[in-house]
Amino acid sequence: MTDRAARLVRHRVLLLVLALFGLVGIPGLYFAKVIDIETVNTLGRYLTYAMVAIGLDLIWGYAGILSLCQALFFAIGAYAMGMFMAHQYTSLDNPAIPQSLYLVYPFEIGETSADAVLPWFWVPFKSFPVALVLAICIPAAVAAIIGFFGFISRVRGVYFAILTQALTVGACLFFGDNDMCLCGTNGLSQFSTFLGVDLGSEKLKLVMYLVSLVSTIGVYLLCRFIVQSRFGRILVAIRDDENTLHFTGYKPHQYKLFVFALSAAIAGLAGALYIPQMQIITPSDMAAIESILIVVWVAVGGRGTLSGAILGALVVNLLYKNLTSPIEVFGLRMWKPDYWPILLGAVFVGVVMFLPRGLLSLPGRLKERKSKVPNPTPKPVEAK
Amino acid sequence: MGAPVEHYPQLAYVDHLPSGSRLWSQHYLLFLEGVTAVFDGFTALDISAIGVEHNELRVIIGPNGAGKTTFCDIVTGKTEPATGQVYFDGENITEVSEAEIFLRGIGRKFQTPTVFDSLTTYQNMELALPGNQKVWPNLFAKERPEERDRIFDILKRVKLDDDAHTEARFLSHGQRQWLAISVLILSRPKLLLVDEPAAGLTDAETELTAELLLELKKEHTLIVIEHDMDFVRHLDARVTVLNEGKMMAEGSMADVQKDEAVIEAYLGR
Repeated sequence: MTDRAARLVRHRVLLLVLALFGLVGIPGLYFAKVIDIETVNTLGRYLTYAMVAIGLDLIWGYAGILSLCQALFFAIGAYAMGMFMAHQYTSLDNPAIPQSLYLVYPFEIGETSADAVLPWFWVPFKSFPVALVLAICIPAAVAAIIGFFGFISRVRGVYFAILTQALTVGACLFFGDNDMCLCGTNGLSQFSTFLGVDLGSEKLKLVMYLVSLVSTIGVYLLCRFIVQSRFGRILVAIRDDENTLHFTGYKPHQYKLFVFALSAAIAGLAGALYIPQMQIITPSDMAAIESILIVVWVAVGGRGTLSGAILGALVVNLLYKNLTSPIEVFGLRMWKPDYWPILLGAVFVGVVMFLPRGLLSLPGRLKERKSKVPNPTPKPVEAK
Repeated sequence: MGAPVEHYPQLAYVDHLPSGSRLWSQHYLLFLEGVTAVFDGFTALDISAIGVEHNELRVIIGPNGAGKTTFCDIVTGKTEPATGQVYFDGENITEVSEAEIFLRGIGRKFQTPTVFDSLTTYQNMELALPGNQKVWPNLFAKERPEERDRIFDILKRVKLDDDAHTEARFLSHGQRQWLAISVLILSRPKLLLVDEPAAGLTDAETELTAELLLELKKEHTLIVIEHDMDFVRHLDARVTVLNEGKMMAEGSMADVQKDEAVIEAYLGR
């Protein structure tokens, strides 16, 4: 037990050091001109990915709910904030509607540019607070509806995964349709300012990075509070054996509904922080593959450990960033970006086969191998 | 209807009274009358009458397919009987739902112990505490000393207190069995149905399990389903023998062992 307590303290100290490095070290390096603003911006975006990964880990790692529509929740959050940003850059031909929408407005035959009207559902997004609240609440509400029908009728495991994947594919088609007035496959990309600040400014990029970091820490602490409470132990019990939990008088679907909606809200917030940093969101961001990638991040980092989810999201994405450009050694073309999916697949398979508890368990595994501590075995019971 | 059941001799007389079965149901904690269970035309269970007294330890034995598990399913409400009535604590529970029956005080330990592998022994017990099943309070729940004491009290009785903070997956099969029983005791059931507690245990563990059940008998009514004969001898309880869904004999172990039909059907093999 004391050994475990010591490890917990070390873990906490390490996380604190990392958080401080992110808060002070990265801006310091930027001001010292060691790293450029684009690196800071990239890190900020990857931190929003890390938030989505934490949310998925909460439901998949703890409660055993494999959701394949987290990217949908992320994209809804991004669309909500993106619609707010689109309002800041209206069309020159028709100032009533945003340029993003004007470009792909579904005009009827005979209509002119002056006939374009702002659809009713664009109106609330003119206000920043409303857009932010909606960015969080719409994904949560969508998750609550999926969860209500799915969990009540006890849809579990792969069936739930398939259900959520089908929904995200459907949503992708819905958002891609011009007639829905959600800017079709172009998505939202015609922006100028965010809260009055020019989107290209370095100041905004640095601030958005810091906001993303603080939000990630906040989301991490919230989720850690949940998994360490008795509520968290009930989630683990749901993962282990939901039927037995029914038998002890619990209603597991209520617990699952809550964490699923919470994970969607987290993904929505992440999306809202992502769009000012990325400045584009399209229906392809909610394609089926995007949600599967989130699962890969969590599996690589370490399922069932919240810090593992952050680690996985950052590691996989930084690898992606650095290995999707050609690398030459001695004038030879050693690495082509085309190899990336193969490498990603290899990393995933490798982790699943050799490190089932993810990268986060790597130090422990190495130490174990060194000291050759055998696994704990069940103790036989002696009769008195 | 099979061989006459000698231990309910008054039953024929009681049948003439309109409130007959009601009287019996008041006398026994659990009383089944004329219960049959039919699956796809196959009669899995056909019992004219069976009663379990308050604070009794009753053993139900029988070869495979005798209807022991079906009996449990009917009592716990998992299966609805085709005919007949089930009375528990003076009330008819034939139509009552599984969850409601659990709340009224019938706890069941399944053949394979159902514990949560990733949780520790203590956490397994904690989740089973009655009255903690609401969603919101569990987010902010703090450990209460009286709950802790009660959990350790029970864990001491089953000799699991040393392993209170061991994850259940590291427990031996016997320990898991005891943990499953301990979890049931927490909800203070009036009747405990224990399905094959000795299956797959070592001799030492079997002995401890028998001791545990005898200890539990002091405070609970128990029905133990078993087919390990040595184990049943340890318990020294009233035995009901089922065979092919019918009650074959009832009495002490010694009486039952003398019964010709029982020897032929079961013990002799």
